[in-house]
Amino acid sequence: MKINLEKKDKRLIVVIVCIAFLALLAHLVIGTDGAGKVTVKVNGELKGTYSLAEDQEIEINGGTNILQIKNGRADMTEADCPDQLCVNQRAVSRQGESIICLPNKVIVEVESSESSELDAVTN
Amino acid sequence: MKSRVAYFGVFTALALIFSYVESLIPFQMGIPGVKLGLANLIIVVALYKMDLRETYLLSVTRVVLSGFLFGNYFSIIYSLAGGLLSLTVMACLKKRGGFSVMGISVAGGVFHNVGQLVVAMLVVETYSVMYYLPVLLIAGLVTGFLIGLVSNEMIKRLVNIQM
Repeated sequence: MKINLEKKDKRLIVVIVCIAFLALLAHLVIGTDGAGKVTVKVNGELKGTYSLAEDQEIEINGGTNILQIKNGRADMTEADCPDQLCVNQRAVSRQGESIICLPNKVIVEVESSESSELDAVTN
Repeated sequence: MKSRVAYFGVFTALALIFSYVESLIPFQMGIPGVKLGLANLIIVVALYKMDLRETYLLSVTRVVLSGFLFGNYFSIIYSLAGGLLSLTVMACLKKRGGFSVMGISVAGGVFHNVGQLVVAMLVVETYSVMYYLPVLLIAGLVTGFLIGLVSNEMIKRLVNIQM
């Protein structure tokens, strides 16, 4: 089978790829720092939700973990656990991202202000 | 031509069968909402074989029937928006000339997804679904390309049918 592409076909494909790329770029630049919030759960229990818009430091679990929110990102700055995995993890800011400290059973999860949970699926 | 109605029936039946086959295959490709769009194959071929009014009629008939048979109320709205937008764009490109079946099919695939995204935006009333645009554009490009390959071959072999 021979694939015959006219000049305009190729141009169309290039344009579409460019638009897709631009849309992706725009999403990465604008879409990330919407007024999201993080939820903090300890042992499965919701301990609080904090806005990513304001800079703050949160002591979790009576001080075993310290979560720092700065410039719209949440970062675990201190933890008393031996592995320090959550501390070494990069800061989170996007919907669905999470920091998990397993030894202390702490889960920090980003939720955007608008819920993006699926409420309907069509085929 | 007296065989118009018969051909229209055959095309409708084919489009319906393709919709059915597609609903049987859990064709997921890891991305929700991305389908091959087999029925679009018929629409692309019809675009070249029928006049525009009948192609529109075929598209609407196909969507409504397959929606009632295999889908639900929402899938009809989504498919109708996608189908009509994609058909309109394809017809415009075909009229402008210079595009081969491949290009027209690619545009159709892409705008099918764009139309559905626009409806999703209106239904959910948020612009946040826009983050899905790049995925849908590329997916439409790929599926449109595949459909274009097949419809190109089909149109070549269907020389005897002209309505």
